[in-house]
Amino acid sequence: MSRILSVSGRGVPLRGNDIDTDRIIPARFLRCVTFDGLGEHAFADDRKQLTAAGKTHTFDDARFVGGEVLVVGGNFGCGSSREHAPQALQKWGIKAVVGVSFSEIFFGNTVAMGMPCVRLPQADIEAVQAAIEADPRIQVTVDIEHLEVRWNGGKKAGATMPEGARKQFLTGQWDATGELIEGIGQVRITSAKLPYVAGFAG
Amino acid sequence: MLVSAARVGTLPRLTRGHMSKGTLFDKVWDTHTVRTLPSGQTQLFIGLHLIHEVTSPQAFAMLRERKLSVPFPERTVATVDHIVPTESQARPYADGLAEEMMLAIERNCREFGVRLFEPGSGKQGVVHIIAPEQGLTQPGMTVACGDSHTATHGAFGAIAFGIGTSQVRDVLATQTLSMSRLKVRRIQVDGQLKPGVYAKDVILHVLRKLTAKGGVGFAYEFAGSCIDAMSMEERMTICNMAIEGGARCGYVNPDDTTFAYLKGREYAPKAAAWEQAVAWWRSMASDADATFDDVKCFAAGDIEPTVTWGISPDHGIGVQESIPAKDTFASDEWQTIEEAYQYMDLRPGQAIAGVAIDVAFIGSCTNGRISDLREAAKVITAHGGQVSKRVKAFIVPGSEAVKVAAEAEGLDKIFTAHGFEWRNAGCSMCLAMNPDKLQGRQVSASSSNRNFKGRQGSPSGRTLLMSPAMVALAALEGKVCDVREVLAKKAKA
Repeated sequence: MSRILSVSGRGVPLRGNDIDTDRIIPARFLRCVTFDGLGEHAFADDRKQLTAAGKTHTFDDARFVGGEVLVVGGNFGCGSSREHAPQALQKWGIKAVVGVSFSEIFFGNTVAMGMPCVRLPQADIEAVQAAIEADPRIQVTVDIEHLEVRWNGGKKAGATMPEGARKQFLTGQWDATGELIEGIGQVRITSAKLPYVAGFAG
Repeated sequence: MLVSAARVGTLPRLTRGHMSKGTLFDKVWDTHTVRTLPSGQTQLFIGLHLIHEVTSPQAFAMLRERKLSVPFPERTVATVDHIVPTESQARPYADGLAEEMMLAIERNCREFGVRLFEPGSGKQGVVHIIAPEQGLTQPGMTVACGDSHTATHGAFGAIAFGIGTSQVRDVLATQTLSMSRLKVRRIQVDGQLKPGVYAKDVILHVLRKLTAKGGVGFAYEFAGSCIDAMSMEERMTICNMAIEGGARCGYVNPDDTTFAYLKGREYAPKAAAWEQAVAWWRSMASDADATFDDVKCFAAGDIEPTVTWGISPDHGIGVQESIPAKDTFASDEWQTIEEAYQYMDLRPGQAIAGVAIDVAFIGSCTNGRISDLREAAKVITAHGGQVSKRVKAFIVPGSEAVKVAAEAEGLDKIFTAHGFEWRNAGCSMCLAMNPDKLQGRQVSASSSNRNFKGRQGSPSGRTLLMSPAMVALAALEGKVCDVREVLAKKAKA
């Protein structure tokens, strides 16, 4: 599996807090047995409503087409555990997310998918969003190794990410299955010690 | 800050600069730790893995792709709930995509040797309702499920995590997860609830005070005399919505109420094993001198029947209150609050009581259990009227077993006699993946857990969350009303 040290690309600024996974991918698109084809439905209802109101959602904005670093507010990805949400973002073209904070389950899903999410303070998020809006062609770099986000040539801000997840990206162990399987002998030992596994016998 | 119960009156003790200690969370975490992974994450054993048709098919596909097997098939239990129609359940389903998902879970369970509780088995229902009902969820366990409301199982003193599909694959392939430890916040609710105030109101109140993101990074331990006095079903309602506060899991320490609920259930320990089990379960509860990373206290008597007015579950207000002004929120919330006024078509200063509704939904993993249906029936009987002409009202039991129990008590007859539809078990309009959906800009009074934009099946549909008793009354009156008024009338009569 590949190590992920940093991700660079054009930015996609998406404002607002508490953007839940129902909004990222409405439930009707979950009627499927694969994740294929979810990309085009990312934010389907938010986009449709803004279009109907004569406005443009970030994901429909021609300036941000081809963007790879999504820049969001607080508690992004809250609500439903559906991995369909980060899968839809990834299939739309997003490779990393920078936000004020992330919901725990959403964050866990993105680690398992190899899509790093790092946190920046609110003021830095606003600065990055404003810079992208001013010039959508600028590169945004999410540097996991040095824990910083760089944009617009020289600007940068210190980022945070839970250390365990950071190590998973840096060592290429973000897909945990292989590592977990290596421990299967110890899994059996741990399970044998749990009284309920043996039906509380003895 | 850290706090402990014994020393400072009834206040629990806070840790100083260290992680919590001696809590149920810590004990369950430690006994289920397999090893520390090179990343520093914990490889954690999962005692009970629950799966359903929506978040599991891709996980099984990944197993096949990587030629992996399921080493502990007896520790996974499957059911179908999200896409199941609640009217005609004849196969094949009218929705071809839903039928395809049903066929997938049937095939996957057969092929990998996983138990499946199917419609008609008597054990099917919302995954978070059936596992406790069957005695599968037990104290001191770790539970995982590809569903955020897995937090529900914490009511039994289990540590229960909602996970995504890649993690469902990991649990199937290894019975473990790679996780990092959470901090523990004790939420202490003391005193007695006023009449007409239910467990749903308690959790909506806690969410309002601690916000939708306040619990990120925490497990919530719900404690205090109010929680101690609650039934298991009420505790499940509380733990269910811990996730709406950002806490990945919530739990209540196991006690005699927990053991009495479990005794005699199909998968609960029996005979000599029962005593052993109770002793171990008791030992897993938080110690009297446990320390916590944070403590928040609430007085039960302050809690009013609560209704959400906005687009996040922490947008709750007492039924006698008005829609709050923007400046009563932190400034980083203003954009969301403005969006909520506009989406809900409600103005600050407007009373929530009297807001008209179009649809009333009673059900879901939050409030689809027998005690919820009993409370709804009580309100309907006390009121005595019919469902308002402007309202479509339907009641979806959380499981086949809840349906049987409700019918044995004659609750279904009360519901249908007053104009409510009585359905089959499933998640239904909580998330509207089956045919039960709002249309256009309809407003629903709902006993479910999320009022997100578009949540109930119409991209512009609006949801007001409240207790099942309040939903029942809203259905009859066609608008949001204070349930205490009808209960007080009944008490007088």
